[in-house]
Amino acid sequence: MSSQTSEHIDSVKTYAAVLVTLLALTVITTLVAFVDLGNFSVVVALAIAVTKMLLVALFFMHVRYSTKLTRLVIVGGLLWLAILLLLTLSDFFTRGWLGTPGR
Amino acid sequence: MASEAHAHGHGETLALREQFDTAYQQRDASTLGMWIFLITEVMFFGGMFAAYTIYRSAYPTVFAIASASLNVTIGAINTCVLLLSSFTMVMAVRAGQLGQRKLIIFFLILTLFFGCIFLGVKAYEWTEKYEEHHMPGQAAFHLEGTDLQGPAKLFFSLYFAMTGLHAMHMVVGVGILTFLILETRKGRYSTEYYTPVDISGLYWHFVDVVWIFLFPLLYLIDRHLPK
Repeated sequence: MSSQTSEHIDSVKTYAAVLVTLLALTVITTLVAFVDLGNFSVVVALAIAVTKMLLVALFFMHVRYSTKLTRLVIVGGLLWLAILLLLTLSDFFTRGWLGTPGR
Repeated sequence: MASEAHAHGHGETLALREQFDTAYQQRDASTLGMWIFLITEVMFFGGMFAAYTIYRSAYPTVFAIASASLNVTIGAINTCVLLLSSFTMVMAVRAGQLGQRKLIIFFLILTLFFGCIFLGVKAYEWTEKYEEHHMPGQAAFHLEGTDLQGPAKLFFSLYFAMTGLHAMHMVVGVGILTFLILETRKGRYSTEYYTPVDISGLYWHFVDVVWIFLFPLLYLIDRHLPK
C-alpha cells in the first residue's frame, strides 16, 4: 500500500519553466481568439486550456509523483465528468431528431 | 522518517497518527482524501459548464456579443495573476518539503497577495458590469447590439454564477492561506509534517484550473464574430 515515492522535490527551475509556459499559453490563447478560425476557435481555446490544466496537475499538483490509487481516482473523476457532459449534451442535441410532439 | 520512533509504543505525532503504519501511508491517505474532495468539486463546477455549453449552443450569436462585452485585457491579466499565485503556492509547498519555515511564510503571503489582487480585479469587473447595466436583475438591464435581451440575461446569469462560485472558492482559499500563515508562524510545520500546506496547495491549484477553463469560455470564444 505505502509507496516511497511521495518525497520528490522538484527544482525551482522546473516550476519556473512551467510558470513561463502557462503565462505564454495565456497570451497565445488571448491573441488567437481574435483570429477568425470559424468553429475551430472553440477547439483551439479548449486544447490550450487542457494543456494548461495538464501542466498544473502534473507539476504543481504533483500528479507525476502520486500513487496509482490517487491517479485512478483522478481518472475516474474525469470519467464521471465526461458522463455528465456527454449524456446531457447528447440529450439536448438529439431532441429534434424524432420530431416527437411535446419534446 | 524521524517519526518512525513513534510508530510503536507511546504518543502519536502530527506526522504519524495512531491509525497509520507509516508517515508515508498517512500522507498518501491525506492526498487521496483531498483528491476525492476535489473530484466532487469537479462535478459541482461540471454542472455549470454543462448548462453553459447548452445555452451557448442554443444562442451562439447573443452569447458571442455578450462575451465580447467583457474586458479581455483585464481577464488575461487576471489569469496571469492567478497563475503566478499557483507558482508561489507550489513554492510554499516546496519550502515545506525542505522544512524552510520562513520561506513557507514568505511564499504563502505572496500567494495571499496575488489571490487578493485577483479578487480585487474581479470586484472591479463586476462593478463595471453593474454600471453598464449588464447585471441580470437590474431593471435597466440592456445589452447593446441585439434584440434578444432574454438570452443576454442568460449569459450574464451564467457569467455571474460561474465567476461568483469561483470567487467564493478564492475567498475560502484566502481564509485557508491566512490560517496556514498563522500556523507556520507557530512552528507547526516541518519536513516531517507539512500536510496542511500540501493539500491546501492542491485546493488552490484546483481553483486555478477552474479559472483556466472559465477564462477562454467566458471571455474568448467567438470573440472574432461580432464586429
